[in-house]
Amino acid sequence: MKFKDRLHSAVLLDNPVFMQTIGLCPSLATTTSLSNAIGMGLAATVVLICSNIVISLLRKFIPEKVRIAAFITIIAGFVTIIDLSLQAFIPSLAASLGLFLPLIVVNCIILGRAEAYASKNKVLPSALDGVCMGIGFTFALILMGFFRELLGAGTILSGYVGADKLGIKIPFLYENPISMMILPAGGFLMMGFLLATIQYFMNKKKGDK
Amino acid sequence: MNYFAAVQAGLPDSMALTDIIFLAISAVLVNNYILVQFLGCCSFFGVSKKTDTAVGMGMAVIFVMALASIVSWAVNYFVLVPLELEYMRTIAFILVIATLVQFVEMFMKKAMPSLYQALGIFLPLITTNCAVLGAAITNIDNQYSLLGSIVYGVFAGVGYLVAIVIFASIRERLEVTAKCPKCFEGFPIALVSASLLAMAFMGFSGLKIW
Repeated sequence: MKFKDRLHSAVLLDNPVFMQTIGLCPSLATTTSLSNAIGMGLAATVVLICSNIVISLLRKFIPEKVRIAAFITIIAGFVTIIDLSLQAFIPSLAASLGLFLPLIVVNCIILGRAEAYASKNKVLPSALDGVCMGIGFTFALILMGFFRELLGAGTILSGYVGADKLGIKIPFLYENPISMMILPAGGFLMMGFLLATIQYFMNKKKGDK
Repeated sequence: MNYFAAVQAGLPDSMALTDIIFLAISAVLVNNYILVQFLGCCSFFGVSKKTDTAVGMGMAVIFVMALASIVSWAVNYFVLVPLELEYMRTIAFILVIATLVQFVEMFMKKAMPSLYQALGIFLPLITTNCAVLGAAITNIDNQYSLLGSIVYGVFAGVGYLVAIVIFASIRERLEVTAKCPKCFEGFPIALVSASLLAMAFMGFSGLKIW
């Protein structure tokens, strides 16, 4: 499969969060703002690419019976690296992701790709698979984070751009934010509505055929 | 500094009983693992289609979380802290939990076949359940004492059980009776009802006991 096709399938047709509904915990918990969502997505992507490469390199040496434990150890190693580097270089992001940074290790997407793809394929395709799946995951997080921050706080990218780093203010929503959207209930609600929208368009597509 | 002195120096302070009771109540209601902290969402949506399986999963989570809290606490304060290896925490905990779950499964199969029949199939799912690792890390981050850690582990599990059982019963009704727009059928409507449940649990966040 070509890179373009694969990227298309990972981001849209087979998106890990929206279509396979795995990796829900981080995509609900860390998407209270767009910058958190991007940070989480990129951190998970880096771990995914690195672990896919290493697992694919070691695929002939890891015995079948202990493969899950071996995969988890490799993933945990990279998660520790990312965790410590974020704490050192971007402490504000590390603080707002908090517990969910070490919890990348139990993200089903990463273990899932290791088991389903990297342990059976060569290094380069596995790395590409990591890139595509990571972009798909980040895309889902960005979508969630963008709408939740927009509706819940009335800003875009708060903490990183704009005057006093308060983000780009959206005139009406900034004065009247629907603050429920950045609370836990809003996370479930936003995910439900995004999935419903996707299902609506898919049903429409099926109807056309 | 020798090993025993290092262990002594690293141990957290013991906690007052009122603190522990408050911790237990808040773990179930105020900081409910699924509905407030989003820990363990994958299994929450995965196994909540029937109430029986939801109860089984909840019980298995309580059991494993209690054991994992004890073991990870011991690993942290008797191995990692005295040897100054705290940065290995994520790796150490996930391996300990994975091994523990495997052991529990083997032990249950031999010693308690009936319990194994009820909970066995859920055990492998729990290894990658972020609730278990989340509880282990929270215990250490907040410096809970051993008793505090066990209580936190158990009651966070109880919170999981409460949430998953309520949600499973709502979902069973949804399948049979509810009418909703076609695009909301299946997973989206389940998420919307989880959102309503989370809203109900938000009411507890104003809870002040003492």
